[in-house]
Amino acid sequence: MTEVGKARKRKEDARLLTGRTQWTDNLRQPGMLHVMFLRSPMAHARITGVDVSAARDLPGVVAAFSGQDFAAEQGSLPCAWPVSEDIVIPDHPPMAVSEVRYVGEAVACVVATDRYLAADALEAIEVDYEPLPAVLDMNEALAPDSPKVHEAGNQAFTVKITSGDVEAAFRDAPVVIDRTYIQQRLIPSAMEPRSVLATTDGDSFTLWSATQIPHVLRVMLAVVTGIPEHKIRVIAPDVGGGFGSKLQVTAEEVLCLLLTKRLGKPVKWTESRSEGNLTVHHGRDQIQHLRLAAEADGRIRGLQVELLADMGAYLMLVTPGVPLLGASMFNGIYKMDAYEFGCTGVFTTKMPTDAYRGAGRPEATYGIERMMDELAAELRLDPLEVRRRNWIKHEEFPFTTISGLTYDSGNYEAATDKAMALFGYDKLRAEQADRRDRGDPVQLGIGVSTFTEMCGLAPSRMLGAANYGAGGWEHGSVRMLPTGKVEVVTGSSPHGQGHVTAWSQITSDALGVPFEDITVLHGDTAIAPRGMDTYGSRSLTVGGIAVLKACDKVKDKARKLASHMLECSPDDLDFAEGVFKVKGTDSQKSIQELAYAAFTAHDLPEGVEARLDSDATFDPENYSFPHGTHLCAVEVDTETGMAKIRSYVAVDDVGKVVNPLIVEGQIHGGIAQGVAQALYEEAVYDAEGNLLTTTMADYLLPTAMDLPDFVTDRTETPATSNPLGAKGVGEAGTIASTPAVVNAIVDALRPRGVHDIQMPCTPERIWRALR
Amino acid sequence: MPRIAVTVDGVKYEEEVEPRLLLVHLLRERLGKTGTPVGCDTSNCGACTVMLDGKSVKSCSVLAVQADGCDIVTIEGLGANGSMHPMQQAFHEEHALQCGYCTPGMVMAAIDLLRDNPDPSEDAIREGLEGNLCRCTGYCNIVRAVRRGAQEMGQAVRTP
Repeated sequence: MTEVGKARKRKEDARLLTGRTQWTDNLRQPGMLHVMFLRSPMAHARITGVDVSAARDLPGVVAAFSGQDFAAEQGSLPCAWPVSEDIVIPDHPPMAVSEVRYVGEAVACVVATDRYLAADALEAIEVDYEPLPAVLDMNEALAPDSPKVHEAGNQAFTVKITSGDVEAAFRDAPVVIDRTYIQQRLIPSAMEPRSVLATTDGDSFTLWSATQIPHVLRVMLAVVTGIPEHKIRVIAPDVGGGFGSKLQVTAEEVLCLLLTKRLGKPVKWTESRSEGNLTVHHGRDQIQHLRLAAEADGRIRGLQVELLADMGAYLMLVTPGVPLLGASMFNGIYKMDAYEFGCTGVFTTKMPTDAYRGAGRPEATYGIERMMDELAAELRLDPLEVRRRNWIKHEEFPFTTISGLTYDSGNYEAATDKAMALFGYDKLRAEQADRRDRGDPVQLGIGVSTFTEMCGLAPSRMLGAANYGAGGWEHGSVRMLPTGKVEVVTGSSPHGQGHVTAWSQITSDALGVPFEDITVLHGDTAIAPRGMDTYGSRSLTVGGIAVLKACDKVKDKARKLASHMLECSPDDLDFAEGVFKVKGTDSQKSIQELAYAAFTAHDLPEGVEARLDSDATFDPENYSFPHGTHLCAVEVDTETGMAKIRSYVAVDDVGKVVNPLIVEGQIHGGIAQGVAQALYEEAVYDAEGNLLTTTMADYLLPTAMDLPDFVTDRTETPATSNPLGAKGVGEAGTIASTPAVVNAIVDALRPRGVHDIQMPCTPERIWRALR
Repeated sequence: MPRIAVTVDGVKYEEEVEPRLLLVHLLRERLGKTGTPVGCDTSNCGACTVMLDGKSVKSCSVLAVQADGCDIVTIEGLGANGSMHPMQQAFHEEHALQCGYCTPGMVMAAIDLLRDNPDPSEDAIREGLEGNLCRCTGYCNIVRAVRRGAQEMGQAVRTP
């Protein structure tokens, strides 16, 4: 039975394909009421009065509340990552009480018998605002005379990391490249809008939420509301995508819990998409100032990174940590002698930012991969050649980088060779030269991204060193049932990744039990009581390994029982295909027979309990470092500014693969989101701080028409930080693809004097850059 | 309140509805047909696509009163005798879904596009699905699934 490595079709699909789904908004409880929030239309204002009385009198309205009504019990939304000594973590009331700091911040709510009636009642609430100046530009926000978002000022934190002699690296450097790149603000846009359902029996509380983090959420809800942790059960039922946006402790989750507590009735809130665009945390939003010093032959001497990172109005769960997840990644796959990273977190009157697919690593990878192309252009070298002269060679692993991480394994040469062959690199370069010579109005550009990233968040001791408020372990348990079937319980919390299928494959191989005989339970703190949830491409490399370790323990127990029943020493038993066999005989017991024997407990050896199950936690020693080479060919119409991806090749090394079908799907979707940042998406605020991109008509998510078919392949260099050799795959595509696309566009236009286009590279921006 | 009669997935319903009630809310909130999800409020995402008298519509953009007298098929009514429709099966085979939230609408739109073009090219499929957004798959496997589904459905017609 070799399940690991097999392209198993997913167990999850049938339900999802036939509409038998448990999205939070599908769920109902008897007597359930509907919640709607009134949200600030002002980017920054003092609240001088809220009158909800007229709303209370409307048909179907059960209650209406202002922030003041919850001021004593709503607490402050948590920030779990105080990244520096100087960090300012402002009070963040779930419902604003005295001041609003971004458009969309909740100021009041209505609870009604029907969501249409709740929406009607919002109209009847009166709020008096005294406008305060909006703070929108990070550079202006840091000026001494800027209006303040918070009393303490607009600087959230500063961080500086230095390694090697940076001054020496830049002194007399033959080449210095100096660039500023803007990581625009993005809206994660999971297809399922957020939804929360909370209920109480008067003593305990159950909260269903479209969340990636039921376990973290439970702890945080207890801390924020004061409701004891053991009285709160959190369930993440079917969750329709997250991409980091559901890695959050939201105002609406806290308030639904407090509303059900106050009213004694089940309450449900589901956001509209336009409400979500305003109030689901945003991603990216950095200004990157980069300086790179190199020798005349292209070898890098040193790199300086200075970031401004827009926090938005408050620090949410991991807001300040996101740019710092890039701190060790700007050096990418390259060797250098000196490195400096500085980051200033800045408050503005916008929706807070937080994790979005890749979280810090896409920003860093964009920076270095764009700079490598600039260096190549400066030296008139092929972009792949300049990378080759700098990257860590496969025989040099494990390699400790200038920023202090130890990359355990990799083979950049192999991935690049494979990608070049699939892409037809030399042929496309020849076509590019031909089009340039002919002065073709449609120019061809070739974009390179040879990326790595750190994922599998994360070794607890490293998280502790980074002052993160929790560990990075994961938990799994495995139970053999009396009939020989298996229940796996995982602390990972899937929302599209296919954990049920992949964990079944791992368990099938480990225990020798058929794939079909395994079920995987997750996403409910009462059923899976221990977990650290799903984000940072951590589920397989941490959670999957915890399941594997639990299987090993089950096998050890089974071996003891088998040796007793077969009257032999445990060492005389061979285990294969789910059967313990006494060496050199036909005497054997299957693991299913042993499960039944454990259940009946008629004849158990000394010290063996009446159950064949176990559990384990896994805490990796290191991150995992997926890498790969992505190549993108873009046709740019110099007359219209339209950029169209002609071909895209991705060769990824995610180590050992459990399910190639799922891995390919993750890469496809990841690339699509990175391409979307390069070409389409941007959250735009106007000069008063109003979000203009509140709908899917304004915020351009790519359609099937906008994306090409992606060619994907893999190399397989096993990770050494876990027994499977697996690396994470959830974010790699997104991290790699954005610079590949922009490098291609700039490559197409470089003979015309273009060396940057600000993302998203819209036809207008490209057209203007050419004039 | 207006009284309407609709057939949904083969079952007849008579309901009194507010004129402003959206078809998707009639389906989800009144009839318990939660297989059809809502993904946006501007008819961009297509997650709520259903068949209305044989043609795909975004049920967030149709009032329940407009569906009076109509025959509606949702994702829950696609399969027959406990087995999946060939298009649903093709989505499974090609791993054309991850979180699955867009999937009901995507499957409906795919079936509808084959009505006009039973043997669509990749470009025709991409064009036909332009009104349905997916955030997980990058569409590659959805396109493959629709091609497979088209082949299966073509064969199903030809096989007596």
